[in-house]
Amino acid sequence: MQKVTLTLSDGTRFHGLSFGADKAVAGEVVFNTAMMGYPESLTDPSYAGQILVLTYPLVGNYGVPNFSVEANGLATFMESTRIHAQAIVVADYSEQYSHWNARESLATWLKREQVPGITGIDTRELTKVLREHGVMMGTITLDDEPGIVPEADYEGVNFVAKVSCDEIIKYNEGAGKRVVLVDCGVKHNIIRSLIALGVEVVRVPWNYDYTGMDFDGLFLANGPGDPNVCVDAVEILRRHMSMTSKPICGICMGNQLLAKAAGANIYKLKYGHRSHNQPVRLVGSDRCYITSQNHGYAVEASSLESDWEELFVNMNDGSNEGIRHKTKPWFSSQFHPEACSGPLDTIFMFEQFVTKL
Amino acid sequence: MSNENIKKVLLLGSGALKIGEAGEFDYSGSQALKALREEGVKTVLINPNIATVQTSEGVADKIYFLPVQPAFVERVIEKERPDGILLSFGGQTALNCGVELYKSGVLKRYGVEVLGTPVKAIIDTEDRELFVKRLDEIDVKTIKSHACDNIAAAREAASELGYPVILRAAYALGGLGSGFCDNEEELNRLAEKAFAFSPQVLVEKSLRGWKEIEYEVVRDRYDNCITVCNMENLDPLGIHTGESIVVAPSQTLTNSEYHKLRALAIKIIRHIGIVGECNVQYAFDPVSEDYRVIEVNARLSRSSALASKATGYPLAFVAAKLGMGYGLFELNNSVTKTTSAFFEPALDYIVVKIPRWDLSKFRGVDRELGSSMKSVGEVMAIGRTFEEAIQKGLRMIGQGMHGFVFNKELEVSDLDTALREPTDKRIFLVSKAMHQGYSIDQIHDLTKIDKWFLYKLQHIVDIDRRLSDCAGIETLDEALLREAKVYGFTDFQIARALNLGKKHNMAEASDIVRQLRKKLGIVPYVKQIDTLAAEYPAQTNYLYLTYQATAHDIDHERDGRSVVVLGSGAYRIGSSVEFDWCGVQALNTIGKEGYRSIMINYNPETVSTDYDMCDRLYFDELTFERVIDIYELEQPKGVIVSTGGQIPNNLAVRLDKHKVPILGTQACDIDRAEDRAKFSAMLGACGIDQPEWSALTSMDDINRFIERVGFPVLVRPSYVLSGAAMNVCSNQHELERFLQLAANVSEDHPVVVSKFMMHAKEVEMDAVAQNGDIVAYAISEHVEFAGVHSGDATIQFPPQKLYVETVRRIKKISRQIARELNISGPFNIQYLAKDNDIKVIECNLRASRSFPFVSKVLKINLIELATRVMLGLPVERPSKNLFDLDYVGIKASQFSFNRLQKADPVLGVDMASTGEVGCIGEDTSTALLKSMLSVGQRIPKQNILLSTGTAKQKVAMLGAAKELIANGYHLFATGGTSNFLDQNDIPNTLVYWPTDHDEDGNPLQPQALDMLHRHEIDMVVNVPKNLTVRELGNGYKIRRAAIDLNIPLITNSRLAAAFIHAFCTVSLEDIDIRAWDEF
Repeated sequence: MQKVTLTLSDGTRFHGLSFGADKAVAGEVVFNTAMMGYPESLTDPSYAGQILVLTYPLVGNYGVPNFSVEANGLATFMESTRIHAQAIVVADYSEQYSHWNARESLATWLKREQVPGITGIDTRELTKVLREHGVMMGTITLDDEPGIVPEADYEGVNFVAKVSCDEIIKYNEGAGKRVVLVDCGVKHNIIRSLIALGVEVVRVPWNYDYTGMDFDGLFLANGPGDPNVCVDAVEILRRHMSMTSKPICGICMGNQLLAKAAGANIYKLKYGHRSHNQPVRLVGSDRCYITSQNHGYAVEASSLESDWEELFVNMNDGSNEGIRHKTKPWFSSQFHPEACSGPLDTIFMFEQFVTKL
Repeated sequence: MSNENIKKVLLLGSGALKIGEAGEFDYSGSQALKALREEGVKTVLINPNIATVQTSEGVADKIYFLPVQPAFVERVIEKERPDGILLSFGGQTALNCGVELYKSGVLKRYGVEVLGTPVKAIIDTEDRELFVKRLDEIDVKTIKSHACDNIAAAREAASELGYPVILRAAYALGGLGSGFCDNEEELNRLAEKAFAFSPQVLVEKSLRGWKEIEYEVVRDRYDNCITVCNMENLDPLGIHTGESIVVAPSQTLTNSEYHKLRALAIKIIRHIGIVGECNVQYAFDPVSEDYRVIEVNARLSRSSALASKATGYPLAFVAAKLGMGYGLFELNNSVTKTTSAFFEPALDYIVVKIPRWDLSKFRGVDRELGSSMKSVGEVMAIGRTFEEAIQKGLRMIGQGMHGFVFNKELEVSDLDTALREPTDKRIFLVSKAMHQGYSIDQIHDLTKIDKWFLYKLQHIVDIDRRLSDCAGIETLDEALLREAKVYGFTDFQIARALNLGKKHNMAEASDIVRQLRKKLGIVPYVKQIDTLAAEYPAQTNYLYLTYQATAHDIDHERDGRSVVVLGSGAYRIGSSVEFDWCGVQALNTIGKEGYRSIMINYNPETVSTDYDMCDRLYFDELTFERVIDIYELEQPKGVIVSTGGQIPNNLAVRLDKHKVPILGTQACDIDRAEDRAKFSAMLGACGIDQPEWSALTSMDDINRFIERVGFPVLVRPSYVLSGAAMNVCSNQHELERFLQLAANVSEDHPVVVSKFMMHAKEVEMDAVAQNGDIVAYAISEHVEFAGVHSGDATIQFPPQKLYVETVRRIKKISRQIARELNISGPFNIQYLAKDNDIKVIECNLRASRSFPFVSKVLKINLIELATRVMLGLPVERPSKNLFDLDYVGIKASQFSFNRLQKADPVLGVDMASTGEVGCIGEDTSTALLKSMLSVGQRIPKQNILLSTGTAKQKVAMLGAAKELIANGYHLFATGGTSNFLDQNDIPNTLVYWPTDHDEDGNPLQPQALDMLHRHEIDMVVNVPKNLTVRELGNGYKIRRAAIDLNIPLITNSRLAAAFIHAFCTVSLEDIDIRAWDEF
């Protein structure tokens, strides 16, 4: 294994060994505290442009399942059609794996998709640096080729445009109610979850103008990066909302776009929420849920227009976890009810949306 | 919000430590009591286990040292009138007792509300048939199970399901009376035993080879649920989870599998209606996502204690708060203090739990691991690689192992069989197989251990090879040295790999490695367990060390204002909760005196490893290497080695050599007491008598020694081949047989032989001295004569039957020894007393097993006093002494023979008990009765079977036999005993031994074994004639049958006589219900 160095923009260095593709990359360094689910995380388009640090030290244990694609175009086990993270950083990569459903090792997969993986890092210390300083840009360089230092930007870059589909894709055609899904970088399990409830899904590019289409409800998907760069999406959404009261549901980026359409401001969290154990509370109730999350930006709830209110709040830091319109069937969550990876406790969000159609 | 109507709560403890129910319930109970106190609720505790932390002053408001049994609990309820009761913090004992109180209407009658999980939900999970029905209602798969009320039905069910099947007894502790049957013969045997414990036996299809996965689930009354932790057994299904190596979190489950099982667990807990904590155990198919729910425990458990320690999430504390009516969202994460208790911990380390067995202590015991539990304790190791954690853990279990590799070679006749049929040694046999070149596939086929674990273990073996291939330390590559440390190798292992032991002793050799790696900057780092994987800042003091790191999580003050206390490690026979109590008292005192307390320990069942108990908890090894690591980081005022039993005591000399300040008695003096020859010479110089002894290296020398002193002798081999470590031999035949069987006498392995005194009393001196002067002391006497290990003996305090002269002499000798060894701190001396003739058996310059007992009976905390002494503070002599007490404390031992299939339940010089109780009464009989009932004895209804050993023992029992007759009991007696009773005009019925036959070969009637099997006997007194011949003879069969059929058994004539006298003179109704503070 080649020696590699992860250098953060504040100069902090961590030395490790390469177990994936031997190449230099740059990206925003973020950490995730989930203890399993690396195939799902790596293929989550929301990690586009980011170097993913896993705080759970043992990674690769159960290998990687077959990257098969179903007849409808959705991956069987993954969340998109390729790895989106720039690189993965772990403490102790498991060179051998054991699982009945595994087809290859994580290393083989990373190499095939030309994505670096580094091991031997004190990921706890790295996480603490990110936590104290806030997320930073970072580079992974090969110690044998110290001159090759790639550069990258994160803030201000429209990653949504990079990961969204280019044209309309239809799923479950003719099944019944029709849902337009705005693809800001949608995880396949959002589509699977909607299909499972018997609706037709029309997946459109992030900046597609769907206002003239015939459909029963609008679903705003997750996606990477800064929602402030998705001006087109917000504009189309505003127009749609001014025309009709059809149900709208959003997840993650979808929550932020809906909030922007509702007049709210978005701000960047110091180091985001990326884990499987984020507690949220349904506002005004005693009901609490454990949720899967992956976001670096959040909605400033106090800036919501008066006909909107908070739906969920984060029980750890009080940040916004969802909003709803006071009278119309418009609601969204900052967390990921579709999980994959993570807990399935809030899967009811899809049912609530579909029953409103 | 909390329930305002609850002002006083009764908590049921779990009683004596036994296999399947150990220290974890001291931890959960203590946490619950802490949670209630925080609410301003008055607490009442019933627990006869006097060595626990929960029964210490200030933990509960009222403490009753009484049996956790419905009759006693009802009387306490009648007296105390609590508003609520907590049933789920005292294991199966408390749960069963609570269910009975509920069913009999006692709780309703006194208006006592069951807090937390409703009793109906408990019953739903405990009754197998109900349980399956309840889970069927929500389409959750359980193991197809047939409830059978008799053996014939069990046979029928098994043939329908097809062998192999598993048998389970309903309503039983941790798999008692359970097991696998491959054929009908095995089923018949097991079923009979199972029916002795339970009216209902379940027959199920065996799923051997499936993964075993557990989730700890919490639910509040608002229906909010979390899973705090999941765990995966390294050993596949078929080995009880208490017998398995367990990792947390699971390592081989994908996201989909993890969350599928998690969602199911939540679905189950909601449907059953748990309020508080429960665990869900799954069997999980290794080649699909198929599963079965094995069981749900609607209470705190060993697993929940482990999960609490593994994650930092205080399950018992939270469960108690939820029982009081809180919602999870109203409670804070007690580690971060800022985030919510409604969350699921994220770990950034791996935890490995390894059971500790003590099977070598038992003759004839079945060593194979299966579906019932035999381990007596466990350890938890934390690391950032699996290899690091498991190697730590294998050292922690304290059986002389150095990790996964570089251990002493194990001999097995057939390695394949040994791998296939697991015993307590299996993990080391996996190492052996890897060294012999077995492939991972081969080992997997034999053991069914998931290959992921095997790959990781193979990795350790690979590093071992690469290290061993190094020509020497000069050529050792820095990267390899670092890799070895990251994957859990000690300096010792590396030294051994590099063959440094050739030129140096191993201590020096290890030190060479240490110096080298320190020079290279290869050092361990301190990490926090913070429940959120560093996502939020946490001021937690819960720490471990790892080499998979480049920075510390904490700063070390190094101001000399901290004191390190070394804990006692894994619970095992001879060292358990009593040392946890001592450790906790030391921590409390250190804190009170203005120092910061630091604990090093690794036992997840303890209170001392609760991070609330000290200023810093290092959940790590008690090896010399690790203690020095921590010492160098902390630079404390000093280290206390005398409150954690033998493990820290053994480190004293080596720590002292490395200039570590040992607080209290100095290492050289500890050595003078520990080294047999030095100690003996010292006694000789002081003119103090001791049993004659000699360390001998040949049979001739042994014979010559015995010619001089005469039989019987106590023989202690220094190198044990198999079986018990020491034995009393009464004649030449026994001596030769024992030495042949158990010991290898040679120059390298001397045998210590000492004169054994018959019919002598054993007396204990527990004391605290300062600069050689005794400050406080407690003298107690054994009920049994010498020959029963002091850990198994029934102990009376204050002594009731010692001559004043004996006491005076013991005090005098103790003072002499304290002065001679310049003792500062706790110590214990064991004496033999016969006709005022006093001999010293041994002396330990540390707290002994009986410290909590005597401290609590005397109501003087000897450890607090000792700790003040060790801190160098002035102490005052307590004004009261043991002769002022107008009550008696009796400490009785708890045995777990029912768990140890085939073991001979007889007592000897090697300790066999797994726990103890201590009860207080106004006189010996009342205290004894309370104690004996607490350890599972029952007052017999009518029929008593007597076989009372030698003539002398028979005489000792004569008075008791008369008392039994006078009280209307019917005596059954075997040949010699019957004869003796006849001669003394005591009516009895002769019963025959199993081997007694008439001329035609038919067994003579009535036959003792048959009577036991028909449950016609209520109590068995079976006193073996001597202490060595324990072959599978008649006596063994009777004793074993009594255990297997759950019939009370006593094997010591003096204890039997005392117990009989007690229940013949004191009736249950006469027993006073007095709290500790009312004495």
